[in-house]
Amino acid sequence: MSNSATFERGIHPKYNKELSSGKPVSAVKLPQRIVVPLSQHIGAPAKCEVKIGDEVKKGQVIGSPSGFVSSPVHSSISGKVVAIADFPTAIGRLVPSVVIESDGKDEAIAFRENPAYMNLSADEIKALIKEAGIVGMGGAAFPTNVKLSPPKEKPIDTVILNGAECEPYLTADHRLMVERPKEVIEGLKIIMKALGVNEGHVGIEENKPDALAAMKSAASGESNIKIHSLEIKYPQGAEKMLIKAIKNREVPSKGLPMDVSVVVQNIGTALAIYEAVRYGKPLIERVVTVTGNGIKEPRNMMVRIGTLLSDVIEQCGGLVEGAVKVISGGPMMGFAQWSLDVPVTKGTSGILVLTEIEYVASDEYFPCIRCGRCVDVCPIGLNPSMLSILAEKGFYEEAKQYNLFDCFECGSCAYVCPAKRPMVQFMRLAKSQVKP
Amino acid sequence: MSTDVKNQQFIVSVSPHVRDEESIARIMWTVNFSLLPAFIMAVYYFGPKAVYVTGLCILTAVLSERIFQKGMNKKVTSTDGSAFLTGLLLGMNLPPNVPFYIPIVGSFVAIIITKMLFGGLGYNIFNPALIGRAFLLLTWPKLMTKWHEPTAQFLGLDAKTTATPLGILKEEGLTKLIEHFGDKASLYKSLLFGSTAGSLGETSAIALLIGAAILFYKKYITWHIPFSFLATVALTAWIFGGKGGLFTGDPVIHLLSGGMMLGAFFMATDYVTCPTIRKGQIIFGIGCGAITMLIRLKGGFPEGVMFAILLMNCFAPLIDRNVKPKQFGAVKEKKK
Repeated sequence: MSNSATFERGIHPKYNKELSSGKPVSAVKLPQRIVVPLSQHIGAPAKCEVKIGDEVKKGQVIGSPSGFVSSPVHSSISGKVVAIADFPTAIGRLVPSVVIESDGKDEAIAFRENPAYMNLSADEIKALIKEAGIVGMGGAAFPTNVKLSPPKEKPIDTVILNGAECEPYLTADHRLMVERPKEVIEGLKIIMKALGVNEGHVGIEENKPDALAAMKSAASGESNIKIHSLEIKYPQGAEKMLIKAIKNREVPSKGLPMDVSVVVQNIGTALAIYEAVRYGKPLIERVVTVTGNGIKEPRNMMVRIGTLLSDVIEQCGGLVEGAVKVISGGPMMGFAQWSLDVPVTKGTSGILVLTEIEYVASDEYFPCIRCGRCVDVCPIGLNPSMLSILAEKGFYEEAKQYNLFDCFECGSCAYVCPAKRPMVQFMRLAKSQVKP
Repeated sequence: MSTDVKNQQFIVSVSPHVRDEESIARIMWTVNFSLLPAFIMAVYYFGPKAVYVTGLCILTAVLSERIFQKGMNKKVTSTDGSAFLTGLLLGMNLPPNVPFYIPIVGSFVAIIITKMLFGGLGYNIFNPALIGRAFLLLTWPKLMTKWHEPTAQFLGLDAKTTATPLGILKEEGLTKLIEHFGDKASLYKSLLFGSTAGSLGETSAIALLIGAAILFYKKYITWHIPFSFLATVALTAWIFGGKGGLFTGDPVIHLLSGGMMLGAFFMATDYVTCPTIRKGQIIFGIGCGAITMLIRLKGGFPEGVMFAILLMNCFAPLIDRNVKPKQFGAVKEKKK
């Protein structure tokens, strides 16, 4: 793999990963209270299975799936249910959530282990994954068992693990690949088994040589798994870009990876799958990169689902003077927070705090001067300039003609815009006004 | 919960949360800076008049934008370097010896009529400086075509009146033009360094190329427009430009003379008035080149760069509508 694979266009933002890339994943001390949203995934919210006053144990189901595209949620500590009400989540929506106060014992239910997990059938694997409440941990949080159950007319021949981690600052997947490469590879093998696929790939941006080396060595005995070095370029970790780089297949406009016979999974998800299938462990904790110059001691942490951002930040030394923006996720596609009283959920890959220096004010913007920078970087080959002007003027139907719905809001156009236009906002506005 | 984070207020805005440092003002001021070599050459060849004419253009441009925006209760953006650039470009497109009202009227037309009345930066259809110049040329044709020898007149004495190289070429032919400069080599040399009659900032090809190199280095312009523009001019000049039949023309003279360098690198590449899509920019450049040569070879004016760019400005929106960038995952019509 001499030439690093990649896609056309894209941007080169400052990655700033050195803040946390050398920090091993450390544990967070047991939170006193957790807030577990019943909907942390795309699809129907889970049905609440507990009531106020109930004693729960770590790993116990507190919400069960209410449909095919849905996912259960579990308690990540042992303690007592003290409230069930709507709470704000990191994406800004109010979601019915279960609040659990710790009893300090951290008692877990008994997990059902499967030492001979590679002998399980595809359906058994998918059932275990569903029971464990596993969803895509890269951010979108789509229920994984659904992704592993493509319709018959869409045969799958390839699984790709996304180790690109192209979002600046984030190092959660990086650390997992360095520290637990064997388990990640086992996770990949389980996914391949569940899909009946013989070809597995892992794509890693070449700015993580230690991860590349660790994964290569972990996969050395596996003839059907290839580790790829990818060019450092945002959004290399977008599914469509990753598939293009590794398999040179283009997911059709309006299509999904399964349209080109590929399933893409996140590194963290692969590990969670391994733990679920091997040890019967539900998804109750995940690696979160707590970083940015606004954090006193940036680090990677194993955080229990439901822990409030304020608790996590406190354990990283708190905020520094001049911290102005808190983001759940990465700087390109993450969500700005107005309060730190929101919980870490299954899709929270990072908590990023920016200072006045890193944060470039974007509240004032200018008319488009049609310089074409956005056209040059759009990974999908859209004309963001035109789309933003059409959205600004209310011509939403016309925007649709310019393939508005192929935009996946990576923010590359906004990043390069010299007029500082809120491009992603314009795209979302237009999308909300017309049917796909 | 920790106390120091409890009462802190945070900025909430849409992603992405980090941005490139490039801004409109930075781009505009860099383009202004890249015209400095050409401006220095203008002062060298035409003396203080260059400073006077260009200064008046810039002053009028910036002031009229400011007054208009204040008067209309709009955000004042006259410091973003864009009005300054319009003034500077207009100044460089004027003959050295014009009365004071020429720069003032030209800048007024450029900024107020061409730019502000269409909605300000980003909304104008035509290159403001070129409309300003076109207006002046049609209103005061005599004054706007009175050219001077490039001998710096620091004492304020009037320089000898003469025709531009393209003017001589049009009226008296290539032989006379070469005679005027001695031999072909010194003609090329004069065109390259700028010791010929012409507009203030257009004569020195080498100074303009240095400026263009800055723009290329900063990635502010790409090859698409200048290359297709210049290539079309060179090819057309070579094929149709000679008196001895096809393929006998001299492309070098056409490339280095008149407003060619200034037009191809600094005027046709104006973001607002050229197509956004790179493929479309090639069409735009070819159009500019073809119209320039049509006017130079067959039209009534010796020079055609200005009208060529203005005419192609009209087509920019049409080109942008019909040329699409290469779309990822474009769906070919499949049999159903």
